[in-house]
Amino acid sequence: MASGVKPRVKVPKKSSAGDVITIKTLISHKMESGQRKDGDGNVIPRSIINRFVADFNGENVIDVTLEPAISTNPYFQFDAMVPESGEFHFTWYDDDGDVYETKKKITVS
Amino acid sequence: MELSRRKLLAMGASSIALMSLGTLPAFASKADDEIAKFTGGAALGEGALELTAPEIAMNGNTVPIEVSAPGAVSVTVLADGNPVPNVATFNFGKLNASRSASTRIRLSKTQNVIAIAKMEDGSFQMAKANVKVTIGGCGG
Amino acid sequence: MGMKAITFVSALVFASSAYAQDSNQLNVEGEIYASTVAAPSHMENVDTLYSGWHFRSGETQALQLDDFDNPGMVFIDQGIDFFGKVDGSEGKSCESCHENVEDFAGLRTALPRVENGELVAMEDLVNECRTERMGADAWKWSSTNMTAMTGLIGFQSRGMPMSVKTDGEAAKFWEKGKELYYTRVGQLDMACSNCHEDNYGVMIRADHLSQGQINGFPTYRLKNAKLNSVHARFKGCMKNIRATPFKEGGNEFKALELYIASRGQGLAVETPSVRN
Repeated sequence: MASGVKPRVKVPKKSSAGDVITIKTLISHKMESGQRKDGDGNVIPRSIINRFVADFNGENVIDVTLEPAISTNPYFQFDAMVPESGEFHFTWYDDDGDVYETKKKITVS
Repeated sequence: MELSRRKLLAMGASSIALMSLGTLPAFASKADDEIAKFTGGAALGEGALELTAPEIAMNGNTVPIEVSAPGAVSVTVLADGNPVPNVATFNFGKLNASRSASTRIRLSKTQNVIAIAKMEDGSFQMAKANVKVTIGGCGG
Repeated sequence: MGMKAITFVSALVFASSAYAQDSNQLNVEGEIYASTVAAPSHMENVDTLYSGWHFRSGETQALQLDDFDNPGMVFIDQGIDFFGKVDGSEGKSCESCHENVEDFAGLRTALPRVENGELVAMEDLVNECRTERMGADAWKWSSTNMTAMTGLIGFQSRGMPMSVKTDGEAAKFWEKGKELYYTRVGQLDMACSNCHEDNYGVMIRADHLSQGQINGFPTYRLKNAKLNSVHARFKGCMKNIRATPFKEGGNEFKALELYIASRGQGLAVETPSVRN
């Protein structure tokens, strides 16, 4: 279980129907690349977030495959078109099997 | 004797040329392999995919990049000088308006960042940016 | 007069060939921070103070303008967690006594300061609470826990001008710090002033030399993707000069921290800043 892994997201609370909103997401994760060696010369094994998914009311907004070249504390900024009020569901998948999630509601007038 | 010396020189020059072709950075061909995997060998167009990356990255740890390709289904990003060229693949859903995304990547040294977009009509687009990765004088 | 003239001339020479710092405004979340101010009177060789922010590339500068984009904020979040976490034999958390971390606004601007005849830095205050009031172990000076906490507390003073006391009881520590600042050390035989006073604005290899201000500490460095304490940075600088560094948390670095803080008088606290 990777420790200290915390997701943060920035989603506007309100918007108008059909608007395009900007979403920013971050998750605190070391993203151990598998390229580093420890003091004894042994390779530190890869351990990263390998996938990030953002859905809205069950519809996919973006699905990202991450490789070790994504920086520590993976950050993504992208757009979404919100047709109606509802909930964003963000999911991050860790190499070690853990899944981290967070949700954010938005009111559309 | 002159002729054979000339021939020798010519042979020497061409073999050096051949040698240097043979020692092209191995990484560049790894990136090419990954591109071929993504596109199935299809032709790569230009102009409909925008890749934004800094000209000089003060630190290879955290290099901000952005890809934007209206009408793209997915965009894959590669770094041709990294030990593993694949960086990320963005698959856009129906609700993704602009087909664009920003992130921060790791670059192990000065190299090209390459983006390949798969468009809705099945065609492919490419964009490339050369990023100089520096090491400051005050590592500390 | 001779030394001053030489410095003045060399400053002119370097200024003409330097990548001068920019004149962008440091606008964080809609608030403009004082990042360029007149130098305090005790600084004879510098007219204007510039925050380290001005010497960084456009991409690095952009990272500090938005609290979500700021990579240091992840560690401030961790600091919030630590603040509420019970630790030690007394079964208390920081929150048990200090109900609102916001009450620490202003503290960062005045540290280091003299208490009971000793010069104390924020790390000392944190460890004093931990060992004497919480019955917990002291945290290492530049550990993840400590930098998250000093980051959180420093963040409460963000935007407020640096204002350390340098007279009265603090005077002897300040004089010591000033002496250290101008003393050449190490194989490369350089003093802090050689880079940060005589040559700020000039490139050293691919780095743009700043004035060596500490108003943004603990700072998130792109180099190691985490918050860095003032003393850890001093240590790194000394190692660059191939000198044996002073001890983190020791008297020399604390005196130096006080002096350098006074060289930033008036600059807004930027904790957590984003630097190379």
